[in-house]
Amino acid sequence: MARRTAIVGVGQTFHRSRRPDVHIGELCAEAVKAALEDAEIHVRDIQAFVTGNMELFEGRYVQDMWLADWIGAVGKPGIRVTTGGTTGGTLASVAFELVASGLYDLVLAVGFEKQFEGDTRAGLKTVADPLWIRWQTTGAIGYFSRQARYYMKETGAPEEAGAMVRVRLAAHARNNPHAHLRLDLESVEEVLKSPYLIPPLRQLDMCPTSEGACAIVVASEERAARMARRPVWVKDWTSVHKEAIYVRGGRHSVADLEMAASRLFRRNGIQKPMEEISVAEIYAPSTWAELEWLEAYGFCEKGTAWRLEEKGVFYWNREFPVNPSGGVVCTNPIGATGLIRVAEVALQLRGDAGPRQISRKPTLGFSSAWGGSGWTVAHLLSSSKD
Amino acid sequence: MRVGIVSVAQTPFRAYPQWRSHELTYLAVEEALRRAGLPFREGYDEIVTCSSDHWDGKTLSDIEHGEVSGAHLGPGEEKVSMDGANAVLLGFIKILSGHAEVVLVTAACKEMDVLDPSVIENFGFDVPFQQSLGLDFTQAAALQAVRFMHRYGLKREDFAEVVVESRNRAKTNPFLSMEGDLSLEEILGADLLAYPITRLDRRPPRDGACALVLAKEDRARQLTDRPVWIKGVGSCYEPHNLGDRDLSEPQALILAAKDACVMAGIEDPARGVDLFEISEHFSYQQLLWIEGLGLCPRGRSGELLRSGKFDRTGDLPVNPSGGLLGGVPRYVAGANRVIEAFYQLRGEAGARAVESEPKVALAHGTYGPAGQHHCVILLERGF
Repeated sequence: MARRTAIVGVGQTFHRSRRPDVHIGELCAEAVKAALEDAEIHVRDIQAFVTGNMELFEGRYVQDMWLADWIGAVGKPGIRVTTGGTTGGTLASVAFELVASGLYDLVLAVGFEKQFEGDTRAGLKTVADPLWIRWQTTGAIGYFSRQARYYMKETGAPEEAGAMVRVRLAAHARNNPHAHLRLDLESVEEVLKSPYLIPPLRQLDMCPTSEGACAIVVASEERAARMARRPVWVKDWTSVHKEAIYVRGGRHSVADLEMAASRLFRRNGIQKPMEEISVAEIYAPSTWAELEWLEAYGFCEKGTAWRLEEKGVFYWNREFPVNPSGGVVCTNPIGATGLIRVAEVALQLRGDAGPRQISRKPTLGFSSAWGGSGWTVAHLLSSSKD
Repeated sequence: MRVGIVSVAQTPFRAYPQWRSHELTYLAVEEALRRAGLPFREGYDEIVTCSSDHWDGKTLSDIEHGEVSGAHLGPGEEKVSMDGANAVLLGFIKILSGHAEVVLVTAACKEMDVLDPSVIENFGFDVPFQQSLGLDFTQAAALQAVRFMHRYGLKREDFAEVVVESRNRAKTNPFLSMEGDLSLEEILGADLLAYPITRLDRRPPRDGACALVLAKEDRARQLTDRPVWIKGVGSCYEPHNLGDRDLSEPQALILAAKDACVMAGIEDPARGVDLFEISEHFSYQQLLWIEGLGLCPRGRSGELLRSGKFDRTGDLPVNPSGGLLGGVPRYVAGANRVIEAFYQLRGEAGARAVESEPKVALAHGTYGPAGQHHCVILLERGF
């Protein structure tokens, strides 16, 4: 990397299934304002802006045009990246690149989604190739019910495993004032009462559709030294795609997740990820995905994640905290979701996560975003410069 | 660190009713990689695609564009959903950041499949105020053209002259499909879309794709002995509310060009740059952008255009390629400007080559209503 970069401010809105109190511009302004306040700077200090969301979900076009006024980008450089579910992760990557390039010292990235203004499922249905598979698509639920069935079959995990994940995430979300679903789920039995969407996937296993936004401020090393907050250093980032034509035919694959994590760990000399990494905020749209993907990232052996879940290892106050924010299953404003992962890890590494602060001393954090036809963007953040 | 463009490719721009947009991307990718001597999926670390879900009629249009660029379990891919010049800019940033050494950039659009672009464009305006007025980008442009005319006493003939020139030049460009001659009268008499813009004042829709391979200095020299360096970049937003802007003052272009020039160490583009490839989506924009770039005193671009100053043989050649009015798809537009500048600097522009053997060129892309966002890229011959 040409220059060291650091996250020096994070902010997010509160998330709900509907936010009729604000329009898209106001929603983003809310997150930007929070990030600027956290960084203790004025918007005029920002030198470049990165924006993104799901292009079609609000039924709007070139949304950065309207947003320019609301996020303070008028008269400034800006770039818009829209990579589907990974958008939030890509926003962070591009902000890191803009600063690392040496062209800008202070960059703001903002991601958002206001799903109730459009039709998410209609938008999602057009992901599928119109020539081959659009007629048989069922949105995200179809994919993740198949994934759940596959995981159960491969690992022998009982139906309770997904419910255990849900109970943990509910406990985490109750600690997080920003979370969308802060449910009083205390037991596996309560989760198993939830209706099936497509068996074995239950309503409570799946992420909600949320409206909300998230923003981060990224600074160069020199600039970070003069900022109010303790900088969270960016160690590395990567993105891996798995393209549609290769996943056609129903063969299940997590190769994108495996490749992204192993690339990051190899490049940064991480041998035992679960010991060396203190906190993980992973983009898993369902409880079952969370189990399988922890294995795919290499945090634990294949087929063991649900056993570890049984032992409670992934709770925020235990050995390996996973999604102490409550994760995607509790909050999912798509274009912001990946960025929320990065922001939450940054808060944990700073020690500013409040009631959801992990007990373990945070040194290294992992965040990921997932989307597309099986794409992963992953980041490695550190509390120390080296 | 220097970053160079080592190879480029583009499809001819016309209607491709039997092709899908990513198939066009593949044609460009295959050729750009072949020219750089790179195998598919290997030898490049990152991919930047540029496409629009709206114009592709598909969420995540980069699934396909990434696929045909080699993204499957290979180089990382990111999609810029702006004008194509910004995809080149992001590719450049990725290399400068040290996160990639070689980047493949693609842009594609099949806009001839879209029956009524104004429906999509209308959704590009803010919900509370401008969208409900029923504005589209042509109407926003018309307001800008009228303000420009009013401020400097320009006439519709000044703009029509740009169309005549562009179409003449387009005939020398094998990538464009522009035939026949048009007289000033025919242009002025064409269907009026929104005063003063006629059907012929507007960039005609086309299908097509392009690709570029960017590399950091040492890799660039390995891949080609005739690299073109990216010397400076700049981009900028203007306010969204048309009423908040003086539409005859292209502020974002002025600031973006200033950033790019400072980075490249050029004090005055009129003296330090030999060739300009700019994005005019409407005829008046060529004149307005020329003035915004400071190539002539305000309000005089029309008269200087007639004097031949901006001709292929003039002292400040602007759009010898025929420009966007010659028919270049949106999204591809800005990336195509970079590619045309690349051809000129390498001496590969054929019949449209300028005579001065240019060393420095400026490529420009714009998108949004009345040029709300501009991107400027300065290139230099590296051999």
